[in-house]
Amino acid sequence: MKANTPAERLMNGIIKENPTFVLMLGMCPTLAVTTSATNGIGMGLTTTVVLAASNLMISLLRKFIPDGVRMPAFIVVVASFVTIVQMLLEGFIPSLYASLGIYIPLIVVNCIILGRAEAYASKNPPVPSLFDGIGMGLGFTLSITCIGAVRELIGAGQLFGMQILPLADAAAGKIGYEPVTIFILAPGAFFVLAFLSALQNKFKLGAARRGIDPSNPDACGGACASCGNSMCKGKRG
Amino acid sequence: MEQMLNVSSNPHVRDKMTTSRIMQLVVIALLPTTLFGIWNFGLHALLVVLVSVASSVIFEWLYDHFMHKPNTITDYSAVVTGLLLGLNMPPQIPLWMPVLGSAFAIIIVKQLFGGLGQNFMNPALAGRCFLMISFAGKMTDFSVGENYGGVVDTITGATPLAALKAQGFAEGSVPVKNLFLGNIQGTIGETSAIAILIGAVILLAFKVIDLKVPLTYIGSFAVFIILYMLFSGMGFDVNYLFSHLFGGGLMLGAWFMATDYVTTPITPNGQLVYGCILGIITAIFRLFGGSAEGVSYAIIFCNLLVPIIERLTRPTAFGKGGKKA
Repeated sequence: MKANTPAERLMNGIIKENPTFVLMLGMCPTLAVTTSATNGIGMGLTTTVVLAASNLMISLLRKFIPDGVRMPAFIVVVASFVTIVQMLLEGFIPSLYASLGIYIPLIVVNCIILGRAEAYASKNPPVPSLFDGIGMGLGFTLSITCIGAVRELIGAGQLFGMQILPLADAAAGKIGYEPVTIFILAPGAFFVLAFLSALQNKFKLGAARRGIDPSNPDACGGACASCGNSMCKGKRG
Repeated sequence: MEQMLNVSSNPHVRDKMTTSRIMQLVVIALLPTTLFGIWNFGLHALLVVLVSVASSVIFEWLYDHFMHKPNTITDYSAVVTGLLLGLNMPPQIPLWMPVLGSAFAIIIVKQLFGGLGQNFMNPALAGRCFLMISFAGKMTDFSVGENYGGVVDTITGATPLAALKAQGFAEGSVPVKNLFLGNIQGTIGETSAIAILIGAVILLAFKVIDLKVPLTYIGSFAVFIILYMLFSGMGFDVNYLFSHLFGGGLMLGAWFMATDYVTTPITPNGQLVYGCILGIITAIFRLFGGSAEGVSYAIIFCNLLVPIIERLTRPTAFGKGGKKA
Protein backbone atom coordinates (compact mmCIF):
# COMPACT_ATOMS: atom_id res chain seq x y z
CA MET A 1 0.00 0.00 0.00
CA LYS A 2 1.35 3.44 -0.95
CA ALA A 3 2.42 5.48 2.05
CA ASN A 4 0.46 8.58 3.16
CA THR A 5 -2.68 7.84 1.13
CA PRO A 6 -5.97 8.13 3.05
CA ALA A 7 -6.59 4.35 2.93
CA GLU A 8 -3.08 3.55 4.12
CA ARG A 9 -3.46 6.03 6.98
CA LEU A 10 -6.74 4.43 8.08
CA MET A 11 -5.25 0.91 8.04
CA ASN A 12 -2.16 2.15 9.84
CA GLY A 13 -4.23 3.65 12.65
CA ILE A 14 -6.57 0.73 13.06
CA ILE A 15 -4.21 -2.24 12.66
CA LYS A 16 -0.52 -1.53 12.18
CA GLU A 17 0.03 1.18 14.75
CA ASN A 18 -3.08 0.67 16.83
CA PRO A 19 -2.69 3.34 19.53
CA THR A 20 -3.80 1.11 22.40
CA PHE A 21 -2.37 -2.32 21.67
CA VAL A 22 0.72 -1.40 19.65
CA LEU A 23 1.78 2.14 20.58
CA MET A 24 0.44 1.75 24.16
CA LEU A 25 -0.64 5.40 24.19
CA GLY A 26 -3.60 6.96 25.99
CA MET A 27 -3.54 4.38 28.78
CA CYS A 28 -5.37 6.66 31.23
CA PRO A 29 -8.79 6.67 29.48
CA THR A 30 -8.17 3.10 28.26
CA LEU A 31 -7.95 1.82 31.82
CA ALA A 32 -10.40 4.19 33.47
CA VAL A 33 -13.52 4.43 31.32
CA THR A 34 -13.72 0.94 29.81
CA THR A 35 -16.10 -0.44 32.44
CA SER A 36 -18.64 -1.07 29.68
CA ALA A 37 -18.70 -1.32 25.90
CA THR A 38 -20.98 1.75 25.65
CA ASN A 39 -18.49 3.87 27.59
CA GLY A 40 -15.72 2.59 25.32
CA ILE A 41 -17.54 3.63 22.16
CA GLY A 42 -18.47 7.01 23.63
CA MET A 43 -14.95 7.79 24.76
CA GLY A 44 -13.45 6.48 21.53
CA LEU A 45 -15.71 8.50 19.21
CA THR A 46 -15.25 11.65 21.29
CA THR A 47 -11.50 11.24 21.03
CA THR A 48 -11.76 10.50 17.30
CA VAL A 49 -13.58 13.77 16.62
CA VAL A 50 -11.01 15.79 18.57
CA LEU A 51 -8.13 13.88 17.01
CA ALA A 52 -9.30 14.33 13.42
CA ALA A 53 -10.09 18.02 13.89
CA SER A 54 -6.89 18.86 15.73
CA ASN A 55 -4.74 16.92 13.26
CA LEU A 56 -6.30 18.83 10.37
CA MET A 57 -5.92 22.19 12.11
CA ILE A 58 -2.32 21.57 13.20
CA SER A 59 -1.40 20.35 9.74
CA LEU A 60 -2.85 23.53 8.21
CA LEU A 61 -0.95 25.66 10.71
CA ARG A 62 2.31 23.67 10.56
CA LYS A 63 4.15 26.33 8.52
CA PHE A 64 3.15 29.11 10.95
CA ILE A 65 3.82 27.49 14.32
CA PRO A 66 7.37 28.29 15.48
CA ASP A 67 9.31 25.18 16.49
CA GLY A 68 10.19 26.47 19.96
CA VAL A 69 6.59 26.96 21.13
CA ARG A 70 4.93 24.13 19.19
CA MET A 71 3.79 22.24 22.30
CA PRO A 72 1.78 25.14 23.81
CA ALA A 73 0.38 25.87 20.35
CA PHE A 74 -0.76 22.23 19.94
CA ILE A 75 -2.33 22.27 23.39
CA VAL A 76 -4.29 25.44 22.59
CA VAL A 77 -5.67 23.89 19.40
CA VAL A 78 -6.56 20.59 21.12
CA ALA A 79 -8.10 22.32 24.13
CA SER A 80 -10.35 24.42 21.88
CA PHE A 81 -11.74 21.33 20.17
CA VAL A 82 -12.16 19.49 23.47
CA THR A 83 -14.16 22.41 24.85
CA ILE A 84 -16.44 22.35 21.80
CA VAL A 85 -16.95 18.58 22.04
CA GLN A 86 -17.54 18.76 25.77
CA MET A 87 -20.29 21.38 25.37
CA LEU A 88 -21.91 19.37 22.55
CA LEU A 89 -21.89 16.20 24.67
CA GLU A 90 -23.30 17.98 27.68
CA GLY A 91 -26.08 19.42 25.55
CA PHE A 92 -27.03 16.42 23.43
CA ILE A 93 -25.88 13.21 25.20
CA PRO A 94 -25.99 14.11 28.91
CA SER A 95 -25.94 10.45 30.03
CA LEU A 96 -22.63 9.79 28.26
CA TYR A 97 -21.32 13.11 29.53
CA ALA A 98 -22.12 12.04 33.09
CA SER A 99 -20.55 8.60 32.81
CA LEU A 100 -17.31 9.83 31.19
CA GLY A 101 -17.00 12.69 33.68
CA ILE A 102 -13.53 14.10 34.22
CA TYR A 103 -12.08 12.06 31.34
CA ILE A 104 -13.60 14.38 28.71
CA PRO A 105 -11.54 17.45 29.72
CA LEU A 106 -8.58 15.12 30.13
CA ILE A 107 -8.67 14.39 26.39
CA VAL A 108 -6.61 17.59 26.12
CA VAL A 109 -3.60 15.79 27.52
CA ASN A 110 -4.31 12.45 25.83
CA CYS A 111 -0.97 11.13 24.59
CA ILE A 112 -2.46 9.89 21.32
CA ILE A 113 -3.56 13.38 20.28
CA LEU A 114 -0.31 15.11 21.18
CA GLY A 115 1.64 12.16 19.82
CA ARG A 116 -0.03 12.31 16.40
CA ALA A 117 0.27 16.11 16.29
CA GLU A 118 3.98 15.92 17.03
CA ALA A 119 4.83 12.81 15.00
CA TYR A 120 2.58 13.20 11.98
CA ALA A 121 0.36 16.25 11.56
CA SER A 122 3.10 18.83 12.12
CA LYS A 123 5.15 17.26 9.29
CA ASN A 124 2.53 16.21 6.71
CA PRO A 125 -0.10 17.82 4.46
CA PRO A 126 -3.69 18.29 5.69
CA VAL A 127 -5.50 15.43 3.89
CA PRO A 128 -3.26 12.56 5.08
CA SER A 129 -3.21 14.19 8.54
CA LEU A 130 -7.01 14.23 8.67
CA PHE A 131 -7.15 10.55 7.72
CA ASP A 132 -4.33 9.75 10.14
CA GLY A 133 -6.45 11.28 12.90
CA ILE A 134 -9.56 9.37 11.82
CA GLY A 135 -7.63 6.09 11.54
CA MET A 136 -5.95 6.50 14.91
CA GLY A 137 -9.26 7.49 16.47
CA LEU A 138 -11.07 4.48 15.02
CA GLY A 139 -8.25 2.20 16.15
CA PHE A 140 -8.57 3.65 19.64
CA THR A 141 -12.37 3.31 19.55
CA LEU A 142 -12.16 -0.31 18.39
CA SER A 143 -9.62 -1.23 21.06
CA ILE A 144 -11.33 0.33 24.03
CA THR A 145 -14.72 -0.96 22.90
CA CYS A 146 -13.24 -4.48 22.84
CA ILE A 147 -11.75 -3.98 26.31
CA GLY A 148 -15.04 -2.56 27.56
CA ALA A 149 -17.06 -5.41 26.06
CA VAL A 150 -14.86 -8.10 27.64
CA ARG A 151 -14.92 -6.38 31.03
CA GLU A 152 -18.68 -5.82 30.90
CA LEU A 153 -19.35 -9.41 29.83
CA ILE A 154 -17.21 -11.02 32.53
CA GLY A 155 -17.83 -8.44 35.23
CA ALA A 156 -21.59 -8.00 34.86
CA GLY A 157 -22.79 -10.57 32.31
CA GLN A 158 -23.92 -7.71 30.05
CA LEU A 159 -23.06 -6.37 26.61
CA PHE A 160 -23.93 -2.75 25.69
CA GLY A 161 -26.13 -2.68 28.78
CA MET A 162 -28.16 -5.76 27.81
CA GLN A 163 -28.12 -8.81 30.06
CA ILE A 164 -26.48 -11.53 27.94
CA LEU A 165 -25.79 -14.08 30.66
CA PRO A 166 -28.72 -14.72 33.03
CA LEU A 167 -27.65 -13.98 36.60
CA ALA A 168 -27.86 -16.45 39.44
CA ASP A 169 -30.40 -15.69 42.12
CA ALA A 170 -29.70 -17.50 45.37
CA ALA A 171 -32.97 -16.40 46.98
CA ALA A 172 -35.08 -17.83 44.14
CA GLY A 173 -32.82 -20.86 43.84
CA LYS A 174 -32.04 -19.97 40.23
CA ILE A 175 -28.76 -21.21 38.80
CA GLY A 176 -26.98 -18.76 36.52
CA TYR A 177 -23.92 -16.64 35.93
CA GLU A 178 -22.05 -15.21 38.93
CA PRO A 179 -20.51 -11.91 37.77
CA VAL A 180 -16.77 -11.65 38.51
CA THR A 181 -16.99 -8.10 39.88
CA ILE A 182 -13.23 -7.50 39.85
CA PHE A 183 -13.38 -7.15 36.06
CA ILE A 184 -15.39 -3.94 36.19
CA LEU A 185 -13.15 -2.62 38.97
CA ALA A 186 -9.71 -1.13 38.35
CA PRO A 187 -7.66 -4.39 38.38
CA GLY A 188 -9.85 -5.89 35.66
CA ALA A 189 -8.77 -3.16 33.22
CA PHE A 190 -5.16 -4.25 33.55
CA PHE A 191 -5.99 -7.96 33.17
CA VAL A 192 -8.06 -7.44 30.03
CA LEU A 193 -5.65 -4.94 28.43
CA ALA A 194 -2.70 -7.29 28.99
CA PHE A 195 -4.62 -10.30 27.73
CA LEU A 196 -5.89 -8.59 24.56
CA SER A 197 -2.43 -7.12 23.81
CA ALA A 198 -0.91 -10.58 24.11
CA LEU A 199 -3.61 -11.97 21.84
CA GLN A 200 -3.08 -9.40 19.08
CA ASN A 201 0.71 -9.91 19.30
CA LYS A 202 0.11 -13.61 18.79
CA PHE A 203 -2.01 -12.95 15.69
CA LYS A 204 0.40 -10.39 14.24
CA LEU A 205 3.54 -12.40 14.93
CA GLY A 206 3.55 -14.12 11.55
CA ALA A 207 3.13 -10.91 9.56
CA ALA A 208 5.62 -9.05 11.71
CA ARG A 209 8.36 -11.60 11.09
CA ARG A 210 7.78 -11.86 7.34
CA GLY A 211 10.89 -11.06 5.34
CA ILE A 212 13.15 -10.20 8.24
CA ASP A 213 16.83 -10.91 8.37
CA PRO A 214 17.51 -13.32 11.25
CA SER A 215 21.15 -12.18 11.53
CA ASN A 216 20.13 -8.53 12.15
CA PRO A 217 20.69 -7.63 15.81
CA ASP A 218 17.70 -5.23 15.91
CA ALA A 219 14.58 -6.69 17.48
CA CYS A 220 12.60 -6.04 14.27
CA GLY A 221 15.24 -7.65 12.08
CA GLY A 222 15.66 -4.48 10.03
CA ALA A 223 12.65 -5.13 7.81
CA CYS A 224 12.18 -1.44 7.04
CA ALA A 225 10.49 -2.06 3.69
CA SER A 226 7.51 -3.83 5.20
CA CYS A 227 7.39 -1.77 8.40
CA GLY A 228 4.86 0.98 8.98
CA ASN A 229 6.46 2.52 12.04
CA SER A 230 6.99 6.13 10.98
CA MET A 231 8.50 6.99 14.36
CA CYS A 232 11.38 4.53 13.97
CA LYS A 233 14.94 5.83 13.68
CA GLY A 234 15.71 3.75 10.60
CA LYS A 235 12.68 5.19 8.80
CA ARG A 236 13.43 8.80 9.59
CA GLY A 237 17.00 8.85 8.50
CA MET B 1 47.91 -35.27 47.40
CA GLU B 2 46.08 -36.47 44.36
CA GLN B 3 42.74 -35.55 45.89
CA MET B 4 43.83 -32.09 46.96
CA LEU B 5 44.57 -31.20 43.39
CA ASN B 6 41.14 -32.27 42.26
CA VAL B 7 39.58 -28.90 41.52
CA SER B 8 35.86 -28.44 41.06
CA SER B 9 33.76 -25.37 40.56
CA ASN B 10 31.81 -23.87 43.49
CA PRO B 11 29.47 -24.25 45.39
CA HIS B 12 31.43 -26.72 47.51
CA VAL B 13 29.03 -26.96 50.45
CA ARG B 14 25.66 -28.38 49.52
CA ASP B 15 22.55 -28.85 51.60
CA LYS B 16 20.11 -31.73 51.43
CA MET B 17 17.20 -29.27 51.50
CA THR B 18 15.62 -28.93 48.07
CA THR B 19 12.62 -26.93 46.91
CA SER B 20 10.40 -30.00 46.78
CA ARG B 21 11.52 -31.12 50.26
CA ILE B 22 10.75 -27.69 51.73
CA MET B 23 7.36 -27.68 50.06
CA GLN B 24 6.63 -31.21 51.32
CA LEU B 25 7.48 -30.07 54.86
CA VAL B 26 5.11 -27.12 54.51
CA VAL B 27 2.36 -29.50 53.39
CA ILE B 28 3.04 -31.76 56.39
CA ALA B 29 3.02 -28.75 58.72
CA LEU B 30 -0.33 -27.66 57.30
CA LEU B 31 -1.90 -31.09 57.88
CA PRO B 32 -2.94 -30.53 61.54
CA THR B 33 -4.73 -27.33 60.52
CA THR B 34 -6.36 -29.02 57.53
CA LEU B 35 -7.53 -32.03 59.55
CA PHE B 36 -8.89 -29.79 62.27
CA GLY B 37 -10.73 -27.70 59.72
CA ILE B 38 -12.36 -30.81 58.23
CA TRP B 39 -13.27 -32.11 61.70
CA ASN B 40 -14.64 -28.69 62.59
CA PHE B 41 -16.64 -27.92 59.45
CA GLY B 42 -17.48 -31.33 58.04
CA LEU B 43 -17.20 -33.06 54.71
CA HIS B 44 -17.72 -30.04 52.47
CA ALA B 45 -14.55 -28.48 53.87
CA LEU B 46 -12.63 -31.59 52.76
CA LEU B 47 -14.09 -31.21 49.26
CA VAL B 48 -13.10 -27.54 49.11
CA VAL B 49 -9.50 -28.34 50.09
CA LEU B 50 -9.26 -31.27 47.68
CA VAL B 51 -10.70 -29.33 44.75
CA SER B 52 -8.39 -26.41 45.47
CA VAL B 53 -5.24 -28.55 45.61
CA ALA B 54 -6.19 -30.64 42.58
CA SER B 55 -7.09 -27.64 40.43
CA SER B 56 -3.86 -25.82 41.36
CA VAL B 57 -1.76 -28.81 40.31
CA ILE B 58 -3.77 -29.26 37.11
CA PHE B 59 -3.44 -25.60 36.13
CA GLU B 60 0.31 -25.74 36.79
CA TRP B 61 0.60 -28.82 34.58
CA LEU B 62 -1.59 -27.32 31.85
CA TYR B 63 0.45 -24.10 31.74
CA ASP B 64 3.75 -25.99 31.57
CA HIS B 65 2.34 -28.29 28.91
CA PHE B 66 0.96 -25.61 26.60
CA MET B 67 3.90 -23.22 27.05
CA HIS B 68 6.38 -26.04 26.38
CA LYS B 69 8.11 -25.60 29.71
CA PRO B 70 9.64 -28.23 31.99
CA ASN B 71 7.02 -29.80 34.19
CA THR B 72 7.12 -28.11 37.61
CA ILE B 73 4.39 -29.91 39.51
CA THR B 74 6.92 -32.20 41.19
CA ASP B 75 8.30 -29.31 43.26
CA TYR B 76 5.06 -29.37 45.29
CA SER B 77 4.74 -25.58 45.22
CA ALA B 78 1.40 -25.84 43.43
CA VAL B 79 0.20 -28.22 46.15
CA VAL B 80 1.14 -25.67 48.82
CA THR B 81 -0.56 -22.86 46.91
CA GLY B 82 -3.72 -24.93 46.48
CA LEU B 83 -3.74 -26.05 50.10
CA LEU B 84 -3.28 -22.50 51.42
CA LEU B 85 -5.99 -21.23 49.10
CA GLY B 86 -8.37 -23.95 50.25
CA LEU B 87 -7.65 -23.21 53.91
CA ASN B 88 -8.46 -19.55 53.23
CA MET B 89 -11.98 -20.32 52.02
CA PRO B 90 -15.19 -20.31 54.03
CA PRO B 91 -16.38 -23.90 54.59
CA GLN B 92 -19.63 -23.74 52.61
CA ILE B 93 -18.25 -22.13 49.47
CA PRO B 94 -19.48 -23.44 46.06
CA LEU B 95 -16.84 -25.72 44.58
CA TRP B 96 -16.26 -23.70 41.39
CA MET B 97 -14.81 -20.85 43.42
CA PRO B 98 -11.59 -22.60 44.55
CA VAL B 99 -11.09 -23.61 40.89
CA LEU B 100 -11.34 -19.99 39.75
CA GLY B 101 -9.07 -18.85 42.59
CA SER B 102 -6.47 -21.51 41.71
CA ALA B 103 -6.53 -20.51 38.05
CA PHE B 104 -5.86 -16.87 38.98
CA ALA B 105 -3.20 -17.77 41.57
CA ILE B 106 -1.26 -20.25 39.44
CA ILE B 107 -1.59 -18.87 35.92
CA ILE B 108 -1.72 -15.11 36.37
CA VAL B 109 0.14 -14.41 39.61
CA LYS B 110 2.71 -17.19 39.47
CA GLN B 111 3.36 -18.53 35.97
CA LEU B 112 2.88 -15.38 33.86
CA PHE B 113 5.49 -13.64 36.01
CA GLY B 114 7.98 -16.48 35.49
CA GLY B 115 6.98 -19.31 37.82
CA LEU B 116 8.12 -20.17 41.32
CA GLY B 117 10.68 -17.65 42.56
CA GLN B 118 9.44 -14.85 40.31
CA ASN B 119 5.93 -14.33 41.64
CA PHE B 120 5.66 -10.78 42.98
CA MET B 121 3.05 -11.64 45.59
CA ASN B 122 1.90 -14.74 47.41
CA PRO B 123 -0.19 -16.63 44.81
CA ALA B 124 -2.59 -18.20 47.30
CA LEU B 125 -3.38 -14.85 48.92
CA ALA B 126 -3.69 -13.14 45.55
CA GLY B 127 -6.19 -15.83 44.56
CA ARG B 128 -8.10 -15.28 47.77
CA CYS B 129 -8.18 -11.50 47.30
CA PHE B 130 -9.31 -11.97 43.69
CA LEU B 131 -12.29 -14.00 44.94
CA MET B 132 -12.80 -11.63 47.87
CA ILE B 133 -13.13 -8.58 45.59
CA SER B 134 -15.28 -10.43 43.06
CA PHE B 135 -17.62 -12.35 45.35
CA ALA B 136 -17.50 -10.43 48.63
CA GLY B 137 -20.81 -11.84 49.82
CA LYS B 138 -19.94 -15.50 49.33
CA MET B 139 -16.39 -15.14 50.63
CA THR B 140 -17.52 -13.63 53.95
CA ASP B 141 -20.47 -15.96 54.49
CA PHE B 142 -19.20 -18.27 57.22
CA SER B 143 -22.53 -19.86 58.09
CA VAL B 144 -22.63 -23.64 57.85
CA GLY B 145 -25.64 -25.67 56.76
CA GLU B 146 -27.92 -27.73 59.00
CA ASN B 147 -26.35 -31.04 58.06
CA TYR B 148 -22.73 -29.97 57.96
CA GLY B 149 -21.60 -32.78 60.29
CA GLY B 150 -18.87 -30.78 62.04
CA VAL B 151 -18.43 -29.71 65.62
CA VAL B 152 -18.41 -25.91 65.45
CA ASP B 153 -20.58 -24.49 68.23
CA THR B 154 -22.96 -22.21 66.38
CA ILE B 155 -24.55 -22.73 63.01
CA THR B 156 -24.97 -19.17 61.78
CA GLY B 157 -22.76 -17.07 64.00
CA ALA B 158 -20.44 -14.30 62.96
CA THR B 159 -16.70 -14.83 63.12
CA PRO B 160 -15.17 -13.44 66.32
CA LEU B 161 -13.67 -10.57 64.33
CA ALA B 162 -16.90 -9.70 62.54
CA ALA B 163 -18.69 -9.73 65.88
CA LEU B 164 -16.08 -7.39 67.34
CA LYS B 165 -16.49 -5.06 64.40
CA ALA B 166 -20.29 -5.08 64.31
CA GLN B 167 -21.36 -5.16 67.93
CA GLY B 168 -18.41 -3.87 69.89
CA PHE B 169 -16.64 -6.06 72.36
CA ALA B 170 -19.11 -6.90 75.14
CA GLU B 171 -21.61 -8.92 73.11
CA GLY B 172 -19.23 -10.41 70.60
CA SER B 173 -16.88 -11.95 73.11
CA VAL B 174 -15.88 -15.53 72.49
CA PRO B 175 -14.32 -17.67 75.26
CA VAL B 176 -10.54 -17.69 74.98
CA LYS B 177 -10.51 -21.50 75.19
CA ASN B 178 -12.57 -21.71 71.97
CA LEU B 179 -10.22 -19.27 70.27
CA PHE B 180 -7.28 -21.54 71.04
CA LEU B 181 -9.00 -24.80 70.20
CA GLY B 182 -10.71 -23.42 67.14
CA ASN B 183 -14.34 -24.51 67.32
CA ILE B 184 -15.37 -21.05 66.10
CA GLN B 185 -16.54 -19.57 62.79
CA GLY B 186 -13.98 -18.66 60.19
CA THR B 187 -12.25 -19.94 57.09
CA ILE B 188 -11.40 -23.65 57.01
CA GLY B 189 -7.81 -23.29 58.16
CA GLU B 190 -7.69 -20.21 60.35
CA THR B 191 -9.79 -21.12 63.39
CA SER B 192 -7.51 -23.33 65.47
CA ALA B 193 -4.52 -21.53 66.96
CA ILE B 194 -3.22 -24.79 68.46
CA ALA B 195 -3.21 -26.71 65.16
CA ILE B 196 -1.44 -23.81 63.43
CA LEU B 197 1.16 -23.60 66.19
CA ILE B 198 1.84 -27.37 65.93
CA GLY B 199 2.53 -26.81 62.22
CA ALA B 200 4.71 -23.82 63.03
CA VAL B 201 6.78 -25.93 65.45
CA ILE B 202 7.31 -28.52 62.70
CA LEU B 203 8.53 -25.81 60.31
CA LEU B 204 10.82 -24.33 62.97
CA ALA B 205 12.22 -27.76 63.94
CA PHE B 206 13.20 -28.46 60.33
CA LYS B 207 14.50 -24.89 59.95
CA VAL B 208 12.15 -24.21 57.05
CA ILE B 209 11.25 -20.85 58.61
CA ASP B 210 12.81 -18.80 61.36
CA LEU B 211 11.16 -16.67 64.00
CA LYS B 212 12.01 -13.22 62.64
CA VAL B 213 8.99 -12.50 60.47
CA PRO B 214 6.25 -14.23 62.52
CA LEU B 215 7.39 -12.78 65.85
CA THR B 216 7.84 -9.23 64.60
CA TYR B 217 4.51 -9.49 62.77
CA ILE B 218 2.50 -10.77 65.74
CA GLY B 219 4.48 -8.59 68.18
CA SER B 220 4.01 -5.30 66.34
CA PHE B 221 0.34 -6.17 65.77
CA ALA B 222 -0.18 -6.86 69.50
CA VAL B 223 1.60 -3.64 70.48
CA PHE B 224 -0.57 -1.64 68.09
CA ILE B 225 -3.76 -3.23 69.45
CA ILE B 226 -2.69 -2.59 73.06
CA LEU B 227 -1.89 1.04 72.26
CA TYR B 228 -5.27 1.37 70.54
CA MET B 229 -7.03 -0.07 73.59
CA LEU B 230 -5.24 2.32 75.94
CA PHE B 231 -5.72 5.44 73.82
CA SER B 232 -9.29 4.80 72.71
CA GLY B 233 -10.40 4.70 76.35
CA MET B 234 -11.62 1.11 76.49
CA GLY B 235 -8.85 0.13 78.88
CA PHE B 236 -6.63 -2.92 78.68
CA ASP B 237 -8.66 -6.08 78.09
CA VAL B 238 -6.88 -9.35 77.54
CA ASN B 239 -9.95 -10.93 75.90
CA TYR B 240 -10.08 -8.22 73.24
CA LEU B 241 -6.41 -8.73 72.50
CA PHE B 242 -6.80 -12.51 72.23
CA SER B 243 -9.83 -12.19 69.98
CA HIS B 244 -7.70 -10.14 67.61
CA LEU B 245 -4.70 -12.44 67.84
CA PHE B 246 -6.48 -15.78 67.49
CA GLY B 247 -9.92 -14.92 66.14
CA GLY B 248 -9.00 -14.30 62.51
CA GLY B 249 -6.41 -15.22 59.95
CA LEU B 250 -3.46 -13.66 61.78
CA MET B 251 -1.90 -16.93 62.99
CA LEU B 252 -2.22 -18.73 59.65
CA GLY B 253 -0.97 -15.63 57.84
CA ALA B 254 1.96 -14.95 60.14
CA TRP B 255 3.34 -18.51 60.27
CA PHE B 256 2.54 -19.84 56.79
CA MET B 257 2.00 -16.98 54.37
CA ALA B 258 4.13 -14.06 55.54
CA THR B 259 7.09 -16.48 55.67
CA ASP B 260 6.85 -17.49 51.99
CA TYR B 261 10.47 -17.36 50.73
CA VAL B 262 9.74 -15.73 47.40
CA THR B 263 7.79 -12.77 48.73
CA THR B 264 9.78 -12.06 51.91
CA PRO B 265 12.95 -9.94 52.11
CA ILE B 266 16.15 -12.02 52.12
CA THR B 267 18.12 -9.59 54.30
CA PRO B 268 17.84 -10.27 58.07
CA ASN B 269 17.13 -6.63 58.93
CA GLY B 270 14.69 -6.44 56.07
CA GLN B 271 12.71 -9.34 57.55
CA LEU B 272 12.38 -7.44 60.84
CA VAL B 273 11.20 -4.31 59.03
CA TYR B 274 8.81 -6.39 56.89
CA GLY B 275 7.28 -8.05 59.98
CA CYS B 276 6.76 -4.71 61.74
CA ILE B 277 5.12 -3.10 58.70
CA LEU B 278 2.88 -6.15 58.33
CA GLY B 279 1.71 -5.96 61.94
CA ILE B 280 0.97 -2.25 61.81
CA ILE B 281 -0.84 -2.42 58.46
CA THR B 282 -2.92 -5.42 59.54
CA ALA B 283 -3.98 -3.61 62.71
CA ILE B 284 -4.87 -0.46 60.77
CA PHE B 285 -6.92 -2.46 58.24
CA ARG B 286 -8.76 -4.29 61.02
CA LEU B 287 -9.40 -1.35 63.33
CA PHE B 288 -10.11 1.43 60.84
CA GLY B 289 -10.87 -0.40 57.60
CA GLY B 290 -14.23 -1.34 56.15
CA SER B 291 -14.03 -5.09 56.66
CA ALA B 292 -13.35 -7.10 59.80
CA GLU B 293 -10.31 -8.94 58.43
CA GLY B 294 -7.14 -7.39 57.05
CA VAL B 295 -4.45 -10.06 57.07
CA SER B 296 -4.53 -11.07 53.42
CA TYR B 297 -4.59 -7.54 52.05
CA ALA B 298 -1.81 -6.54 54.46
CA ILE B 299 0.41 -9.42 53.34
CA ILE B 300 -0.01 -8.90 49.61
CA PHE B 301 0.48 -5.16 50.07
CA CYS B 302 3.72 -5.75 51.97
CA ASN B 303 4.81 -8.26 49.31
CA LEU B 304 4.92 -5.28 46.96
CA LEU B 305 7.18 -3.38 49.38
CA VAL B 306 9.75 -6.18 49.51
CA PRO B 307 12.05 -4.88 46.73
CA ILE B 308 12.27 -1.46 48.42
CA ILE B 309 12.87 -3.03 51.86
CA GLU B 310 15.63 -5.23 50.44
CA ARG B 311 17.32 -2.30 48.77
CA LEU B 312 17.25 -0.18 51.93
CA THR B 313 18.51 -2.95 54.25
CA ARG B 314 21.27 -4.39 52.09
CA PRO B 315 24.02 -5.58 54.47
CA THR B 316 27.57 -4.30 54.07
CA ALA B 317 29.78 -6.75 52.23
CA PHE B 318 32.79 -8.18 54.09
CA GLY B 319 35.68 -5.78 53.74
CA LYS B 320 33.55 -2.86 52.54
CA GLY B 321 32.50 0.13 54.58
CA GLY B 322 33.61 0.67 58.18
CA LYS B 323 35.84 3.47 59.42
CA LYS B 324 38.21 5.01 56.94
CA ALA B 325 41.76 5.07 58.22
